[in-house]
Amino acid sequence: MSLFNTGDKAYVMLENGRIFEGYSFGEKGTAVGEAVFTTSMTAYQENLTDPAYYGQIITQTFPLIGNYGVNSEDYQSDKVYAKGYIVREWCNAPSNFRCEGNIDDFLKKHGVIGIHSIDTRALTKIIRENGVMNAVITTENVYDKKDELMELIRSYKIENAVKTVSSSETKRYEAENAEYEAAVLDFGCKNSLIKSLNSIGCNVTVVPADTNAEKIKELSPDGIVLSQGPGDPSENKDIINNISEISKLNIPMLGISLGHQLTALANGGKTEKLRYGHRGASQPVKDIRRNKTFVTSKNNGYTVVSGSVQNADEVFVNANDSSCEGLVYNNIPCITIQFEPDKYILGLFADMMDKKKEDK
Amino acid sequence: MPLRTDIKKVLVIGSGPIVIGQAAEFDYAGTQACRALKQEGLEVVLINSNPATIMTDKAMADKVYIEPLTLDVVKKIIKIEKPDSILSTLGGQTGLTLSMQLAKEGFLTENGVKLLGADPETIHKAEDRQAFKDTMEKIGEPCIPSKVVETVEDAVDFAAETDYPVIVRPAFTLGGTGGGIAYNEDELKDIATNGLRLSPITQVLIEKCISGWKEIEFEVIRDSKDNCITVCSMENFDPVGVHTGDSIVIAPAVTLTDREYQMLRSAALNIVSELKVEGGCNCQFALHPTSMDYAVIEVNPRVSRSSALASKATGYPIAKVATRIAIGYSLDEIINAVTGNTYACFEPAIDYVVVKFPKWAFDKFVYAKRTLGTQMKATGEVMAIGTSFEHAMMKAVRSIELGLDSFNMKKLMKMSDDEIRRKLHDVDDERCFVIFEALKRGVTVEEIHDITMIDNWFLNKFKNLTELEAWLADGELTEEKYDIAKRYGYLDSTIERMSGSKCPKKTRAVYKMVDTCAGEFNAETPYFYSTLDEENEAKEFIEKQNSGKKRVIVFGSGPIRIGQGIEFDYCSVHCVWTLKEMGYEAIICNNNPETVSTDFDTGDRLYFDPLTREDVESIIETEKPDGVVVQFGGQTAIKLTKHLSEMGVNILGTSADSIDAAEDRERFDELLNKCGIPRPAGFTVMTAEEALAAAKELGYPVLMRPSYVLGGQNMIIAHSDSDIMEYMEIITRTALENPVLIDKYMMGKEVEVDAICDGTDYLIPGIMEHIERAGIHSGDSISVYPALTLTKKIRETIIEYTRRLALELKVVGLVNIQYVVYNNEVYVIEVNPRSSRTVPYISKVTGIPMVDIATKIMLGHSLKEQGYESGLYKEADYIAVKVPVFSFEKLHDVDTALGPEMKSTGECLGIAKNFEDALYKGLIAAGYNMKKSGGVLFTVRDTDKQEILYVAEKFERLGFDIYATSGTASVLNRNMIAANVVRRVSEEKPNVMTYLDEGKIDYVISTSAKGRIPQFDSVKIRRKTVERSICCLTSIDTANAVADILAMGKNIDDMEMVDITKI
Repeated sequence: MSLFNTGDKAYVMLENGRIFEGYSFGEKGTAVGEAVFTTSMTAYQENLTDPAYYGQIITQTFPLIGNYGVNSEDYQSDKVYAKGYIVREWCNAPSNFRCEGNIDDFLKKHGVIGIHSIDTRALTKIIRENGVMNAVITTENVYDKKDELMELIRSYKIENAVKTVSSSETKRYEAENAEYEAAVLDFGCKNSLIKSLNSIGCNVTVVPADTNAEKIKELSPDGIVLSQGPGDPSENKDIINNISEISKLNIPMLGISLGHQLTALANGGKTEKLRYGHRGASQPVKDIRRNKTFVTSKNNGYTVVSGSVQNADEVFVNANDSSCEGLVYNNIPCITIQFEPDKYILGLFADMMDKKKEDK
Repeated sequence: MPLRTDIKKVLVIGSGPIVIGQAAEFDYAGTQACRALKQEGLEVVLINSNPATIMTDKAMADKVYIEPLTLDVVKKIIKIEKPDSILSTLGGQTGLTLSMQLAKEGFLTENGVKLLGADPETIHKAEDRQAFKDTMEKIGEPCIPSKVVETVEDAVDFAAETDYPVIVRPAFTLGGTGGGIAYNEDELKDIATNGLRLSPITQVLIEKCISGWKEIEFEVIRDSKDNCITVCSMENFDPVGVHTGDSIVIAPAVTLTDREYQMLRSAALNIVSELKVEGGCNCQFALHPTSMDYAVIEVNPRVSRSSALASKATGYPIAKVATRIAIGYSLDEIINAVTGNTYACFEPAIDYVVVKFPKWAFDKFVYAKRTLGTQMKATGEVMAIGTSFEHAMMKAVRSIELGLDSFNMKKLMKMSDDEIRRKLHDVDDERCFVIFEALKRGVTVEEIHDITMIDNWFLNKFKNLTELEAWLADGELTEEKYDIAKRYGYLDSTIERMSGSKCPKKTRAVYKMVDTCAGEFNAETPYFYSTLDEENEAKEFIEKQNSGKKRVIVFGSGPIRIGQGIEFDYCSVHCVWTLKEMGYEAIICNNNPETVSTDFDTGDRLYFDPLTREDVESIIETEKPDGVVVQFGGQTAIKLTKHLSEMGVNILGTSADSIDAAEDRERFDELLNKCGIPRPAGFTVMTAEEALAAAKELGYPVLMRPSYVLGGQNMIIAHSDSDIMEYMEIITRTALENPVLIDKYMMGKEVEVDAICDGTDYLIPGIMEHIERAGIHSGDSISVYPALTLTKKIRETIIEYTRRLALELKVVGLVNIQYVVYNNEVYVIEVNPRSSRTVPYISKVTGIPMVDIATKIMLGHSLKEQGYESGLYKEADYIAVKVPVFSFEKLHDVDTALGPEMKSTGECLGIAKNFEDALYKGLIAAGYNMKKSGGVLFTVRDTDKQEILYVAEKFERLGFDIYATSGTASVLNRNMIAANVVRRVSEEKPNVMTYLDEGKIDYVISTSAKGRIPQFDSVKIRRKTVERSICCLTSIDTANAVADILAMGKNIDDMEMVDITKI
């Protein structure tokens, strides 16, 4: 019956051997990836197009996905980098005035394999208890080729993440009332970051991830933004070295998520993988300086080891598990955060740029 | 900031009687507040006039005053108790308004009392229309074009500028009382006049009508450090135009893109920060369906019905957290009770959807105007949790006690396609059923959307249900069909009925946890809902806990409706407390989000699910209880008894067979015969013909009611054949499964007894006597404890009959018996082997913890063992008078005349050393203003004309001007009572309506022989008194009592305030 979206069967097999049976939507085929979950109740289109999900299979804990369809305005990047999509129920009659299509067609268009009608809470709890693990999502009968698929799962590793998602060319986005010039190093930059920067009067130049200090200096920006992105931060040796050089330019820097982690590594810090990551729109972060806690949107599988960066103050801390959520550097004009920047953070960045301008 | 050191003793003001717009949610909030305060070691003083609440329990506060919630009384108690602080935001609008008045008058400052929870400035900015608009403008939050006016002329001028339709919203009224939508100048004049009068500051807001926009709510919490979070978003099924209390609500919002969601979330945080709310706050928005335009509709800077819903929907205890914030804590210092190791400063993520479905009283008030608008009409609500909208809706429809298990409504199925299409235009309580029916008939989603403006998302979900049902009915019932139907929330019995075949298998529901974090963290919340998955988290939880304790399930009472109110929640919660104290694991099943029973830390486990046979079966299978309790959950729980018994479940207390013996007419008659107890003669009938024949034999008047009901639903006194015909027509409109009972009506004194029995001994905590004679439902009567006018012989007879009935029925636990004393004989009217409406109040005034004792009896501890002797317990030193409270101003076209069918929504209690003071307090608490001079209008039926004389005389002696309609006036004048004749409604002006409009009349005493049809003059007069807030008494007994109290000439200032913890 098409009515109840129960088309062909689909399966998810986890590294621990647990198999979930559901129905297929989106693309058909087989994909392997790292199974993660996000607790955000809206923003499925933004999540799917967030490059930080590169190589991962996303599980939505909220059961009703696709309610308002998809549109051409809410993309965070041009592509879907996630390998698979797991939901409890998708909506075949979406409703919103900006809706241009349903999630099923969207996944098909982007070649993403989806599965629905599984107990996403049970799956989430497995990931929570055991940590993120690899998985396959497939529309083939998983029982027929279990060993083969398990081999695929075991050998899978997310690699070359930043290189894959970063754009190879320079792009420019102008603000309406521009006051600043900002260079954004694209490690997997989201459109929302560019819009946020535009909103505080930054003309934005997005440059490839491997752009070196010299080239950045040529742009003579008022500020440098190190964007979000996917994968294990420590894998990016060249970029980390590059950031060390960029830091010496003494230009105000704002690091976000992966950008935050890479800056920490460039300054002698350490990163580690979180058991099951922080993905959602309700993570509380404590601002030590303002003695205030606020709720953030975030998507990270790794974190900066608390206290590992000597020349920075840990000014933001996760209110749930006390992990590091942000650093202010002492020797360079730099602030880095693990979460999506809000008005306050953008304000801090603008202040840094203003100060720099005055000093000039 | 931790606990403020300058707070030691806090006064908490409750919300008073249950009325439409202010229901059990404030008992839930107040109870959480009291507990939170006590946990901090603070001394708590409580005032609430509502005796049926849990918050007025001795265990909840150090001092408990069940006194009228008036300014004078609160001042008096502040003087006596000298609290250092007052908590204003947990007692609904009543508590907030009182606190603000005290603050404004400077009384709080003078007496060194700090105002906690709300700053007067905050409240002013949120509640004063103009101040609110100015504030929103300042922070750039859009409002709907509107103007605050104080005269009808200004209202009309503004409407001419902005164009009709416009909405009228009176300032400072509850649940939008007195508001409405005006489509033209005439309507505006009417509504504005009424709204201005009802507003305590004579101010209304005239607002451009934005009907059809989406209505979205956010629940926000903020602390003094400006930490600010949203707990939950909610979307109304019904677009703007229907009061949110009357709308189906889904949480979280589902049709908003992230951009829209974040826009409104930011707006909510922005508003709450600007208003500097410290605690919970509700923000309502209208969102244009096809653009990013939005407008702030309303902000409530206090806990509310929506915050109770948001708490239950997410597991986040808003009231508790708001209380802690009020006494100095910040969100990042308050531990999240759910996870136990994170803090309250986070936003819940949920992995299910929640549907709230309102419960209206229109099944009871057949002539009430069913249209829904800006004025709330629902008396209660249910909540359902599911993994899909369809699933949650199916659970909700089973829970609202309309006897439905799907959206198919018989009445609508009979209508033609044209009628259904036409009915789509009606915005009333049946709209979602009409939509469902229309979809079944092939009306398109687009067409329905164009008419109703309900979002296509919801309509398509309904369409899924209709298609599923068509699919079920078509061909073989395969396992695939069965599985899908179950996932959509259908019961096996429904699937079998719709498919016409046996289910190929039986899948039981499993349970998932409500944990505030969508499974991200390990939680220990014992709060579950059913799904159709494999993993059963409740089972795992039980195994993990492995408490070794015996398990008992307590079934709750479902939605608050007339006849089944908060008192049953009081009983259920007390039963749970006793079970826990006795070393049992107590498990609650209920579906009402407003209550204390559905607070996840009340019982050891909470199942938030419908209370139908099949739903309950799954719970039984998971819990495997050692016993279940049904006698505290009203009729909702009692209805399950037979089925549970058939399943082999151990029912604690009175057996299923005994319950049946009390409810089955023939078995009951047999029982009475055996006991030698008389009851009014009567018959059981199925058809109108049989009814007429029975009435002829009994002689009019006769009392008619369906068997198996509570709250006197559809109960009338018939005086003639035509009354019987009218009644049978109404009652046979819905399927007549149970017969109709027809009894000789005896107009005697009504006496009520609640007793506790262990099978051998029986204890009567107290005998209550009604002020109104039999014929007025016991729930609507003024009830006096102890009974003051009974002779010794009558009293002894009542005790003896109670003994016989309790023992013969083998009651184990509570039993409620209603008697009528007629010509010095005692007759039994009704025996209910379960808890009753009066249990909380009798427990409180006699000091006998009735539910506690009854529960212990069920567990095998006899009365003797508990230290009680058989018989009537010694009378208390206090007189307690329970006075009913009505919500007539919310329900148009409902006749206010009291009769055998219950109409009150709540009650108040007056307690004093003597009867007069107690009654005076009770009347004041119930909102009678007890004016000591002015005019009294008498308009009574012929049979009452002689009796009314001595009442009229009393009023005349007090100096009142007497008015009467011609018939009544001539009787009065003939008896030397000078009465001014006023013309009838239909006669030329000035007539009776003119007098009422002009404020010449302060009391109306009105009885009528005829029915409740709105077109009758008598009904029109009584409705007018509601509109004009004139005290209308429809029983001569009540009128007489009021006259006596007025004659006493006392004021509340002269009366002692009673702390019930000292009784």
